[in-house]
Amino acid sequence: MLLTLSCAATSHGPATDLGFLLGKHPDRCQSFPLPRGRAHVFYPEAGAERCTAALLVELDPVALFRGKGRRGEALAPHYTSDRPYACSSQLSVAIARVLGGALAGRCPQRPELAEAALPLEATLCALPCRRGDEDLPQRLFAPLGYELELEPLALHPAAEAEGPAPYAVLRLRGRLRLRDLLRHLYVLLPVLDRRKHYWVGSDEVDKLLRFGEGWLERHPERELVARRALRAQRFLVREALARLADEAGCDTAAAERAARAEEDRLEAGLRLADERVVAVCAVLRELGARTVADLGCGEGRLLAALADEPGLDRVLGFDANPWILERAAVRLRLGERAPDARPRLELVQGALSYRDPRLEGFDAAVLAEVIEHVDPPRLPACERTVFGAARPRAVVVTTPNREYNARFAGLAPGALRHRDHRFEWTRAEFRAWAEAVANRFGYAVELRSVGPEDPSLGPPCQMGVFRRDA
Amino acid sequence: MKIELPDPSLVVLVGASGSGKSTFARRHFLPTEVLGSDACRGLVCDDETDPSATPDAFEVLAFVAGKRLARGRLTVIDATNVRADARRPWIALARAHHLLPVAVVLDVEPGLCVERNRARAGRSVPRRAVRTQHHELRRSVGRLRREGFRRVFRLRGAAAVEAAEVIRTPLWCDRRGERGPFDIIGDVHGCYDELAELLGRLGYELSGTPQAPEVRPPAGRRVVFLGDLVDRGPGVVPVLRLVLHMVRAGSALCLPGNHEVKLARALRGRRVKVAHGLAESLEQLAAEPEAFRREVAEFIDGLVSHYVLDEGRLVVAHAGLREDLQGRASGAVRSFCLYGETSGEVDEYGLPVRHDWAARYRGSAQVVYGHTPVPEARWVNRTLCLDTGCVFGGALSALRYPEGEIVSVPARRVYCAPQRPLAAGPSCSAPEDLDASDVLGERVVETRLVSRVVVRAEQAAAALDVLGRFAADPRWLIYLPPTMSPPDACPDGPFLEHPEQAFAYYARAGVRRVVCEEKHMGSRAVVVLCREPAVARRRFRIESPQGGVVFSRTGRPFFADPRAEAVVLDRLRDAFGAAGLWEELDTDWACLDGELLPWSYKAGALVRGQYAAVEAAGDAALARSVAALEAASARGAGDEELLARLAERRRLVGAYGAAWRRHCRPVRTPEDLVLAPFHLLAVEGCVLLGESHDGQLATLARLADGRGIVETPHLLVDLDDPTARADAVRWWEERTAAGGEGMVVKPLESVHRGRRGLAQPALKVRGREYLRLVYGPEYTLPEHLERLRRRSVSRKRSLALREFALGLEALERFVAGEPLHRVHECVLGVLALESEPVDSRL
Repeated sequence: MLLTLSCAATSHGPATDLGFLLGKHPDRCQSFPLPRGRAHVFYPEAGAERCTAALLVELDPVALFRGKGRRGEALAPHYTSDRPYACSSQLSVAIARVLGGALAGRCPQRPELAEAALPLEATLCALPCRRGDEDLPQRLFAPLGYELELEPLALHPAAEAEGPAPYAVLRLRGRLRLRDLLRHLYVLLPVLDRRKHYWVGSDEVDKLLRFGEGWLERHPERELVARRALRAQRFLVREALARLADEAGCDTAAAERAARAEEDRLEAGLRLADERVVAVCAVLRELGARTVADLGCGEGRLLAALADEPGLDRVLGFDANPWILERAAVRLRLGERAPDARPRLELVQGALSYRDPRLEGFDAAVLAEVIEHVDPPRLPACERTVFGAARPRAVVVTTPNREYNARFAGLAPGALRHRDHRFEWTRAEFRAWAEAVANRFGYAVELRSVGPEDPSLGPPCQMGVFRRDA
Repeated sequence: MKIELPDPSLVVLVGASGSGKSTFARRHFLPTEVLGSDACRGLVCDDETDPSATPDAFEVLAFVAGKRLARGRLTVIDATNVRADARRPWIALARAHHLLPVAVVLDVEPGLCVERNRARAGRSVPRRAVRTQHHELRRSVGRLRREGFRRVFRLRGAAAVEAAEVIRTPLWCDRRGERGPFDIIGDVHGCYDELAELLGRLGYELSGTPQAPEVRPPAGRRVVFLGDLVDRGPGVVPVLRLVLHMVRAGSALCLPGNHEVKLARALRGRRVKVAHGLAESLEQLAAEPEAFRREVAEFIDGLVSHYVLDEGRLVVAHAGLREDLQGRASGAVRSFCLYGETSGEVDEYGLPVRHDWAARYRGSAQVVYGHTPVPEARWVNRTLCLDTGCVFGGALSALRYPEGEIVSVPARRVYCAPQRPLAAGPSCSAPEDLDASDVLGERVVETRLVSRVVVRAEQAAAALDVLGRFAADPRWLIYLPPTMSPPDACPDGPFLEHPEQAFAYYARAGVRRVVCEEKHMGSRAVVVLCREPAVARRRFRIESPQGGVVFSRTGRPFFADPRAEAVVLDRLRDAFGAAGLWEELDTDWACLDGELLPWSYKAGALVRGQYAAVEAAGDAALARSVAALEAASARGAGDEELLARLAERRRLVGAYGAAWRRHCRPVRTPEDLVLAPFHLLAVEGCVLLGESHDGQLATLARLADGRGIVETPHLLVDLDDPTARADAVRWWEERTAAGGEGMVVKPLESVHRGRRGLAQPALKVRGREYLRLVYGPEYTLPEHLERLRRRSVSRKRSLALREFALGLEALERFVAGEPLHRVHECVLGVLALESEPVDSRL
């Protein structure tokens, strides 16, 4: 990874004064040790009019991987990583180690220069620029007064059908103090990279506050910066999951969250997720259910609502993903809940394709936006688990109405709302399924709508309320 | 006095303090069989006499007793138990575990008890308390049977206690010692002709007359009648005569069916509702002498609800029996045996809705039963319903045990119209669903190769997530491939991995001959292929128009597109047919392990997201760095050594790009896909995974059509022959220099157990260029390579062996026809172990 810093001549003096600011002599190539590699500083040009310093970071790929498994280390995937080449938090580390004086704003030889706004230019290569994040450099740097130039890198022709590479060369121009430029880079590089290499601890908060002082608090994206820079640590379970799930590079937990976010974004205009929760709670009240199982509870969006629902005795959250259940437990503050609080909340891991005695004896079970995540051939097994074996008095099922997708701008025709959706049904398809299931397992079903109804396309979300006598 | 104790049972000692209960218990029972209240008081508070600890002590006592009874161990409660309310929990506990509560009363003179108490140092019970206890005992002793004790033994006086003798007798249902062989026959319902024919087919010689039948069984064999001999059919009387004769002659065991029980009540003159064919029985029996009717009623009354046979491996009962009720005696056991487990609901035909206990059955004993007519006798989780509805026009079926053969005789006509169509019966529509308890929590899997493979709970949890959300139907998943270790690193030279280390490993392990197979650079694909969709239905119990499946190494469906899957399966099916393998292997399905090419078909996302992207980032960053440093050098402010290194690094990134591109090829239609099978894992009746590789590869070579199916180039190497070893090294070098992924070295005999234990089933030796995709573009730089050589493969190898053992076990179990959950346990194990943290570059 390479950072170049250029400065033009100013009223304060020649461009080569950059050497004083950085504390590195323009006529030498110097090397510095880093925790996981080396940094080199040299000057490709050092004229009176223009001077450019280069900070080159050579990471040791072997040492990078060795760190694996230590607390807080990102788990290197089995395929080779971009770490030696992509600008990451390692570059922030190098800035702090090698250009620490400049970062602090110290310049004993030219103290006035350190306080002056200079015509500076910085180039970063290769800057991670993931799909969907293309506007992120703009959002992060433009509010700080930079002029940006973003040049995406191309993939090899053999893969070019895929569009540009998820990297770019970023050029920033601005008139500001060098220390501010370095601080901006120090804080924002890890945000752009989205992968942090060291443990996020309380000292991270201090650093962020220290180097963000004076600009971060006013930055429009400060929440994003804080969230990403202080990213919660992965759980061990998730590492195991990631290893299992990364076959063929698909379905990592992150991708899944991204997909979920995408679905939320599509439906955001409708506030459909909230509306669904309200609708499900209303149906449960109408059914008079005192014990409810939320099957496929995910991070507990519905559970959070049910936890405050008066009249409920017991609520069970059920999901296949143990890591997501951990997040749900945090979200629901399960650990802080009084042991005798009503309703009693429990989270258990399980999969709907496995019959499960723990699901028996509930007044109602909810399958909110779950069935469309099941491969159609596996659906009958799930039906047997829920309607055949668990046999709650009522089952509430919600699923997208595919017809409504035409109303979503930004969704390609024929595309589904979520990457993991194995299907989405039209109203007729859902009705056919619901009636067949009800008939097979001795339930009566009533179909309802959730969300604003389109006169010809129907509602964005459809609901089936299944009831059995006695 | 002889005290005959049913074994197992719950023995409750009743007697005042000082009556000699503990002494009696010590003399007649194992120390571990006796649970004493004093000892439990000591356990919870260190003081055996502290009365404040009594409630806690009894809680402990009941808990331990419950655990023992659940395991079917005879248990003795050593406490005074003189009051009815103290005894009540023990009776309830015994009933809850379906065992008999037995009371042994030590009715010893109170004076003697007081005397003995006085002699006890430090823990004597006051005289008054002893007298009260004695009084309470006397008052309630007569009501013990009414309280629920099934046997009561009262030892009057110290002398009687001294002289008592304890004999343990097995429960009536416990016939473990009878090893068979048996011929188990389903519901006869008065179908005498079919029964006679079936017995003939089974080798029993019938002679005499229907009034006085004679039967000569084949040597050593006995019949087990599963009940429901009577009602509905025309030959109730001759059937009864035959069965009575055979049971008396010792050539048959007979179980009661619900129809017998009702008939017996009717014969005894009780009021019963005459329905479900009872009228036929009564009418036919009316023509017989009264003595015969009485004989029949007595015979039925003497029948035992179920039998546990053959060292506990076989359980027979009319309507089946849950595991926790087997070998036990209670009203609930008897009711289950007669009527099954009913929910109290009735279905659309007015028949009781039965809980499908068989679908949930997880016991180790085989349960053979009848009661519910089914169109076809079929094993479900080690249970078999043999009632194939003869009287309704189906067939009369028998199971030859232990051979496992099912013999059926078709009904000569429909004697009775079924109330519900046969096919609508519960057992035939319910697939063997898996239970959460089959997969959650820590598991220990016994395998043939490695005993006790442990799967930890969090590993199982991770595997469940994948299986629950992404995997193919579990009924297809009869195997998952194990991980594979590389050899030890090459100690020096330009290579990280080299064949010599693999050969050296196997030579050390005592393997003489190995096979080197080219490693295809594709995506792992396990194929289950059926000759036709009907085979999928019959053998795998799956409706599959494709007649098979292709899944990945983690059990996911390989294809999102069913058409592509159909193309691959059809091609393989045709090749099987053309090669005559169906006939040769005497099978109609096969499970194969292989690779699907090209790699880019499945790994497209990986190529785009990782390999091409890393190359782009690396090339751009290094190109700019080189240019910048060159500019500095031109000013005399550079570093030549650094410049040279950067240039070399850039070259290596280029080599890395060449490495991934070599394995990419566009796939326009599914016909462009190529399958390279390298292992024929199993076919009907036979697991081939453990067989010699040369035969395997020769068989698979016959499938190759040069287009959609290719063979696996391979070389046999005698490890004692240096020339052969050198040839193999050259073979590997040529192929990998051209960009090949490398080769896999396997012991020719597949499974090799030497002095050092089980040898690795395979080692992969990957090519130098290919390894850039694993270790990074620049791994060949000497400073990196030297450090990368220090890698440890021991964990990976241990994992590979355990996973191999699990995979093989899964196939063995499937081929042996074991229940789905037993196969699934192994498959889940493979996936769960994969979540163990090992260096993913190995």
